Amino acid sequence: MPEVITWGDTIFAIVTFIILLMLLRKFAWGPIMNMMKEREEHIAQEIETAEKNRKEAENYLEEQRQEVQNARDEARNIVDNAKKTGEKQREEIMTQARDEAERLKESARVEIAREKEQAVAEVRDQVASLSVLIASKVIDKELDEKEQEQMIEDYLKEVGEEL
Amino acid sequence: MGDHGDPIVYELFGISWLHVNLSNIMMLTISAIIVFFIGFFSARKLGMKPTGMQNVFEWLIDFIKGIINSTMDWKTGERFFGLGITIFLFILIANLIGIPFMIVSEPEHNVWWKSPTADPIITMTFAIMVILLTHYYGLKLKGPKEYGKDYFRPVPFLFPLKVIEEFANALTLGMRLFGNLYAKEILLALLAGAGGTGLLYAFAAGAPMVAWQAFSIFLATIQAFIFLMLTMVYMAHKVSDDH
Repeated sequence: MPEVITWGDTIFAIVTFIILLMLLRKFAWGPIMNMMKEREEHIAQEIETAEKNRKEAENYLEEQRQEVQNARDEARNIVDNAKKTGEKQREEIMTQARDEAERLKESARVEIAREKEQAVAEVRDQVASLSVLIASKVIDKELDEKEQEQMIEDYLKEVGEEL
Repeated sequence: MGDHGDPIVYELFGISWLHVNLSNIMMLTISAIIVFFIGFFSARKLGMKPTGMQNVFEWLIDFIKGIINSTMDWKTGERFFGLGITIFLFILIANLIGIPFMIVSEPEHNVWWKSPTADPIITMTFAIMVILLTHYYGLKLKGPKEYGKDYFRPVPFLFPLKVIEEFANALTLGMRLFGNLYAKEILLALLAGAGGTGLLYAFAAGAPMVAWQAFSIFLATIQAFIFLMLTMVYMAHKVSDDH
């Protein structure tokens, strides 16, 4: 142990301590602490970004789900519409066909009536001419009552066959 | 150390009271340089992803932060971080530096290489510096009125004790460190001395030497930690409002 107080050591120790403190601040813990703070901020930012991304993804998913739902609804609508349209068209076609058939039937009936009329008129004409012919033949021949009757019957049969 | 002396230069620069122990000067300088390089190399390659020494130093920073946080809130404690880390590293290295060997000059028997903290001058210097800093920050952060009032709390008649406490704090802070480190140095010197006298003694002293060196490492670390802890406790006592 020294027999004197070495004040020089005291002064030197304090000066060394202060210099060391400043050097460490400048070269060691100053930059390292800055880096730690930077890292802290970086991590906080990353977490924030991740959180934001997650939220965005969730929103996007919700949107997609909505979209799919919409598409499904639309598809159903389209199918329904198509069904309805088909039904209507069927109805229309049926009606049209029925009308057509009716019309055809009507025209056929008219035709038949007309034909019949024509035939009757023709018959009537022929009957008239035959009557004239028969009358002339009757006049030409001298017939007895029996023959006359036979003859008329024959002619009439002839007319009936022709009809 | 026993019969060993110190390399003292008397009346430096012709100033009558200015004596200097060259051993302390040398060892303090070497300790400071080691501490600086530990810090410097830790911070040389800084990265967002810490590697190697940066990890160690970041752990150290968190450790010091933890100690400060345990005594006061970080808002007031932040300014003492530099003080804390410098005290811890400087005293830790100063404690450890005397363990591996000892250099004694012949024929004067002057000890050159030893822990500077095994000298009461150095430990008391740091202790008184710390106590003065606590008073300075007490005055600065709480104002003279609150600072003065603290001497009369919780009851006024404790005032004399409060004054004595300040001196006692400084004395115990410095002397605890000195005592531990001085004991470490003496025992190391004794064991080394015993080992040097003969082959038989060397065998006999070998095992205790290794054990004591291992314990010295523990002791050096724990004393540095205690010094840091008490510094922050005294500081918190002076600067925080709640007690």
